[in-house]
Amino acid sequence: MTHLISRLAQGALVLLATFTISFILVQMMPGDAVLIRFLNPEMGMTPEDIARIRVFYGSDAPIPVQYIQSLLAVLSGDFGYSVQSGVPVAQEIATNLPPTLLLASLGLLTALGLAFVLAWSAVLGPWPSLRRWIGSIPALMVSVPVFWVGITLIQLVSFKLGWVSMIAPGPWEKLVLPVLTLALPIAAPIAQILIRNIEDVSTRAFVPVARAKGLSRAAVLWRHVLRNAALPTLAIAGVLLGELIAGAVVTETVFGLNGLGRLAERSVRTQDIAVLQAIVLISAAGFVAISFLVDLVSLAIDPRLRSNRSLAA
Amino acid sequence: MTIQDTLLPRRSRALPRLHVSIRSGLALALVVLAIVALWALLPSAFTSFNPVAGLPADKLQAPGAAHWLGSDELGRDVLARLIYGARQSLTGAVVAVAVGLSLGSLLGVLAGSVGGWIEQVILRLIDVLLSIPALLLSLALIVILGFGTIQVAVAVGVTAIAGFARLIWAEVVTVRRSDYVEAAFGSGGRFFAVLWRHVLPNAVTSVLAYAAIQFGWAILQISTLGFLGYGAPPPTPEWGLMIAEGRNYMTTSWWLTLFPGLVVIATVLAANAVGHALTRRLQ
Repeated sequence: MTHLISRLAQGALVLLATFTISFILVQMMPGDAVLIRFLNPEMGMTPEDIARIRVFYGSDAPIPVQYIQSLLAVLSGDFGYSVQSGVPVAQEIATNLPPTLLLASLGLLTALGLAFVLAWSAVLGPWPSLRRWIGSIPALMVSVPVFWVGITLIQLVSFKLGWVSMIAPGPWEKLVLPVLTLALPIAAPIAQILIRNIEDVSTRAFVPVARAKGLSRAAVLWRHVLRNAALPTLAIAGVLLGELIAGAVVTETVFGLNGLGRLAERSVRTQDIAVLQAIVLISAAGFVAISFLVDLVSLAIDPRLRSNRSLAA
Repeated sequence: MTIQDTLLPRRSRALPRLHVSIRSGLALALVVLAIVALWALLPSAFTSFNPVAGLPADKLQAPGAAHWLGSDELGRDVLARLIYGARQSLTGAVVAVAVGLSLGSLLGVLAGSVGGWIEQVILRLIDVLLSIPALLLSLALIVILGFGTIQVAVAVGVTAIAGFARLIWAEVVTVRRSDYVEAAFGSGGRFFAVLWRHVLPNAVTSVLAYAAIQFGWAILQISTLGFLGYGAPPPTPEWGLMIAEGRNYMTTSWWLTLFPGLVVIATVLAANAVGHALTRRLQ
């Protein structure tokens, strides 16, 4: 229990530090977002107008006051206004989050399936040379740029083979290639860990015991080895979240889909700092939450962690 | 019969061949890296085409005798642009690794050797850096630093700091607790002398291996940011930017996106192979 509380406190501290660093970085910027947007001569604004806008966005107060103000605002879910669209950032996020969540969860599911098939055939495939080839696929997959995968898939599957239409596709048809694009870089690290763990767990003593009891090879692999090998995959859940977010930025841009990733890409192009800051904070919060969940799940699944305090700490 | 045999298919016979393939793979990787490095150093020795000014009469030609890898919408030779683009990517990756390695070593050595609250603060800082997805962290830095080759390289380098710092911290802590370092201190060695003579040489190989893998990763990240349009502006030949520009013609001119992608993949794979070979040597 104390362990969980200290983990929670640690997570909160990480988030506070993330906020502080992002705040300091924004302060270091030459000119603020308001100036960048409204000093544009085409807007035809007088210096008085700009001063009033700065008061409205709160960028004229002393820095410690701004820090406390924006921290309290962020805690209450108020991330300020997008200077680009004039809409509250929270609203921008709310409209863009659902499509990205759908894309990311479909991508993750596909990646899990793909990684599973890869690992299974890399360990149990028929010929040693084939197993070696399959075993080296994940290393190849992490070296391929995600945006290039997307473009090449469009060229191959859509234009060459004509399997998926790029012009006026259906709501699900539209998602096939993006999901596949997103799944490839996620599947690679999962497959690598699965392969390593299956080989590692197979050398443990309980494996020959289970075999000696008369279980078939496949049954031992399925019931005993895979279960033990899949658990450590949880440890990279946070890394996978980062990959999913990065993948969403690229995939949504390549396929012209609306979502959080596209919003992040646009906010960089238009220097819409409030929006980007909110996305960074939300992803960091997601990372902290997932690490905490992984801790909880490991405690629930693995009795060794519960009985031995020193292991859990 | 070993335990492994009861479950996994037999491996022993494949082992000698595996060793040969690893070694030839490493040789191939070194050749690829050498070629790309030569492209970056002496691009004009490899192509007679101008990478920026095209021949309008030659526009959008498929790969053939004149343009080996085809030409783009302005009649520029794709191979020439790939060769000249090597300098952008390699310089960027070197800067990124230098930023990550130098700041990461500073933090790692400081945390590992000083200890106390400084160590705790640095470790928490590493946690914070690791909790932000790398691409988002570089995007945030690019908003602040602005667009451009060096800015992108620095932004990618900052995302590598945490990994380097954690690795070096772990190395320093492990070595510091070993008997011979205790002995070096015991026999009157001063702090920095012991650090320099005993702690750092032990950490060098694993740090180099990690740096090689980070180098490949940096090339991948730089090409991604170039593709998104945050790197060097057109008409600079840059691999990611070339793919972004080729996208407009992807229905008809597949060579504009295919070849730059293959070059990126080959370079990243080669850097990773060198990194893994170094790691294997360690074990």
